[in-house]
Formats: sequence, structure tokens, C-alpha cells
Amino acid sequence: MSQKITVHDPRGFPPKVIGKRLASRLPSLDGKTVFLVDCLFDNSDQFMEQLRQWFGKHLPAVKARIIKTTESWVDDPAMRDKISEDGDAAILGVGL
Amino acid sequence: MGLALSLERQGVPTVAVSTHVFARLARATALAEGMPTARNVFVPQPIVGRTPDQLRAYIEGVDPVLKIPFVQGVIEGLTKPLSDQDLADSSFERSTPRLLTPDTEENLHALFLENHWTDCLPIVLPTEERVDRMLDGTSQPRDKIVGRMRPTAFREAWEFDVEKVAVNAVMAGARPDYFPVILTMAASGMTARSSSTTSWATISLINGPIRNEIGMNDGIGALGPYNHANATIGRAHSLASQNVQGGSVPGESYMGTLGNWLNYTACFPEAEERSPWDPFHVDEGFKPTDSTVSIFFGGWYTLSGFGPRETWQDRFTRMLTATDFYSPPLIVMDPLVARAFVDLGYTKRSLIEWCAEHAKLPARDYWDDQWTQTLSKPLGVAGIEPYASRLRAEPGDLVNIFTPDDIKIVVTGGETQGGFKMFSGRYVGRGPGTENKGKPTFLIDEWR
Repeated sequence: MSQKITVHDPRGFPPKVIGKRLASRLPSLDGKTVFLVDCLFDNSDQFMEQLRQWFGKHLPAVKARIIKTTESWVDDPAMRDKISEDGDAAILGVGL
Repeated sequence: MGLALSLERQGVPTVAVSTHVFARLARATALAEGMPTARNVFVPQPIVGRTPDQLRAYIEGVDPVLKIPFVQGVIEGLTKPLSDQDLADSSFERSTPRLLTPDTEENLHALFLENHWTDCLPIVLPTEERVDRMLDGTSQPRDKIVGRMRPTAFREAWEFDVEKVAVNAVMAGARPDYFPVILTMAASGMTARSSSTTSWATISLINGPIRNEIGMNDGIGALGPYNHANATIGRAHSLASQNVQGGSVPGESYMGTLGNWLNYTACFPEAEERSPWDPFHVDEGFKPTDSTVSIFFGGWYTLSGFGPRETWQDRFTRMLTATDFYSPPLIVMDPLVARAFVDLGYTKRSLIEWCAEHAKLPARDYWDDQWTQTLSKPLGVAGIEPYASRLRAEPGDLVNIFTPDDIKIVVTGGETQGGFKMFSGRYVGRGPGTENKGKPTFLIDEWR
């Protein structure tokens, strides 16, 4: 039992990780449009509505707008383009 | 997280909100996507079923992971200038060795277990000799790339070759003559180890001549641990899935809340010779002489019954409406049951159509479900049928919960009893936990 043997590694081949840069952060949220992205998980619409109301009460200078993806778990380039063109920042939730 | 990272790449400062149980998974995803410092804030689990006041309390409370006020994390995530760590190049190479450092059998078994490379049952260690013998089961070169696999749609896909599949087939205890079937399952790209919170599994059906060539069991105990090929082929797909995709580790790359026994193994052949109907693969356009594997994605629920007796229609209706509708039923019936339906005048197709016609629920019940809300409602809003009609229905209106194409019937079993089962098992179509939108029946002969 103490004899050493050689065995294969069962794992696949991971892709190379290509580093990507985060977007520059905003100096302030005042006057900025922040999109609250409802990713369509059950009840995330309620969460985003509560977050929108929180901004309205505590940071009224922030324009918080709710936007929905067209499907859950599916990328939505058109929605991303709208956020990029019409907004300054985004908060996504709730889910991965 | 994937959408958040895409927005960052478009120049939009973004914060992703996750529930706290996903913290490790979110971190791993960001690292693999090359943005390890992506901004992520957390609220407690669950979101589902919480009232607006409870959700507001999450927002006004403390982030259970970062241990700071939730809104502080949000605001700082969007406004705090990027640090040196953010600006550092986060590119890196990863590799897995072909062979592990030589060690004793005892230590290697411990290493495989500790690294989450097994299903926690004993494995056969994949020595070079054993892997070479497994490779004799195919004419394909050992370094041929078979495909890519990932635990769910938003995770990175890992690549794998014939040899890697052989390694996992050895670990599962499979024999070389099963190897073309195992390669076909791996080449499908369909993981048997989805990371979904819904604890999915795959159920694999084998049709055609290869069933008999390798001695699979479609008789007594076809779905149970009574045949070497049935058992080890399913286990090989499961082990290969967790390893070639880069892991199936609870809390990190596996989030199924209950787990699923079908993740150990779930593979069976159809009793083609004893079925009164055409085999499944022929229904799907293949020749009777083709050997195929069909991979159903589900395993979430199982309902069982006997029959058809006098009240079978009531029983079927109750069972169909007791399913979870986002995962349509794969009905597996003993040949005795299939023949009895023939005696009642049903073909396989007409029985499926009867099931789809009679599986109805009030729209209120249909929509009161986290996955129909998450997955089907957006399609209904977008006007896509049949979801749009179901969404337009009044709460008390009865809506059909399946279309005929959703429901599949397969015949297997030992004829000791007129038993049948309805398994959660989507064949095609949209749904949680799978990205396979095509027809998941694959020719085995291409991998011989």
C-alpha cells in the first residue's frame, strides 16, 4: 500500500483569465441618473422599487430609474446600450 | 454578476446586489471574468416571499457580508475612486496538470476526496494503464477536444479532451466498451452538475443497438443499481461534468439547496423490443439502427403510480398538475402500462396530447411560482406564446400548463407490475439551469 503510483488529473482545461478594467467611478451621484436593473428574479421588482423609494427619500438629487432585462439569465445588449447612453451608473439585482 | 461586468466594460460604474449565500460564487465569477474587484453588495437570503417592508429593512440594514450599511456599500461602490488594486492587471494563466505527483493509493484517494473530485463514493484511481485501456474503447485520438462545459450559463466554460473524459470514466468504474456513450454525453456540453439552486440533475436515455451491445438493463430494476453499464455510464457523466467544468463545490460552484440523488447516476435504456410504440429516438427523427443518448434536464420531482385503472384520467390529471410546470414531465412507464394504453386505443402521441389537454390549473396557481415568475412571465410580457395567453387569463381561468411538445414518454421496466413515473425532465425549451435550447439527442456512433 505504500508504493507510489501515478494517476491522471481529472479536471478540464481552464481558460486564461483576461484582466479587464472597471469603469471610472463617479465623483458624486448628485444629479446623476442611476439605473436600477431588475434582473427579473422573483420579487426583485419589489426590491428595486424599495431601493428607488429609498433614493427618493434620502438622496433626492439622484435620478433613480428602474429598468428591466427582457429575460432572466440572458444578456441584454439593448438594455446595456440604453443604460450606457442615458445613465451614469447602474445597480443590478437581485441575483447573479 | 455577468451583466454587471458587461456594463463595467461599457464604461458604466456598476454595483451588483446579491444575497449573502452567493458571496463565494460571486467572488469566483468576478475573478474568472478578470474583474476580481468588481463591486458587489449583499442582502440576506431570501428575497422571494419577503414583503416590501422586509425588503426595505434589508436596504436600510447592514450588509451581512461586508459588515457595513448596505447603502454605504452601494454609494461607495459607485463613487469611491479606483484603487491600485482595481487598476492592477488581473490577467493570469491557469492550467491543470496531465498527471498528479506520484503518491500512495491511500493518499491519492484522500486527495481526490479533499479536492471535491469525487461524488464522495469510492472511485477507481485513474492510473495511466487504466486510462489507456479506457481509450481503447474509442477510435478518437486522446488529445481531441471533445467540447466545453460550465455549471451554469453565466460561468466560464472549461475545455476538455478525450483523455480527460476517459480519466473520469475510469474513476466511475466504467468499462471501455461503454466509453463511446460516455464521450457522447460529455460532448453534448450538458452538465450533470448544474450549479442551480434548484438541485437539477440530468436523466440520460439510451436508444438503439448499443444498449444490447454493452449489456444495459431495460428489465427489472432498470432505473436502479442492478446493472453495471446503466450505473457506471451515468456516474461517469456526473463525475466528468463536475471535473471537466472546473468543479461542483457547495457554496462556490454548486448551490442546489436540497441536492439530488440523481446526481450520482441516472442513465437507462428504453425497452424497445417490448414497447408497443416506436422508440424515443425514432420519434425524434433518428433511424432505429442509430444508437443515441437523449439527455433530459430535471430530476427535481418524481411522481409515481399504477395503471391505467378505471380512474386513470383523474390520477393523471392530479399528477400532471402536481408537477412543477417549469420542468415538464418525462413519463417513464413499464411495458405493461404502455400496452394497456394501447388496449384503451391510445398511441404514444395521442396519450401525450391527452395529457397536455387535461393538465390545467387556474392562472392564479400557475403564476404563483418563483420560476414561472422569473422565467415565463417576461416571455408572456413580450407576447411570446403560450405564456402570453396564460398571462392574459383571469386569475380563476383554467390555463393549459404544458404543450404536447413539452411531454415525453419512454418505456422501460421488468413487467413485474404496471408502474409508471413522472420525472421532472425537460427535453427542449427554455428553463432554469440549462442553456441547451436545441434537441438533446446525440449520435453515439460518432464517438466509437
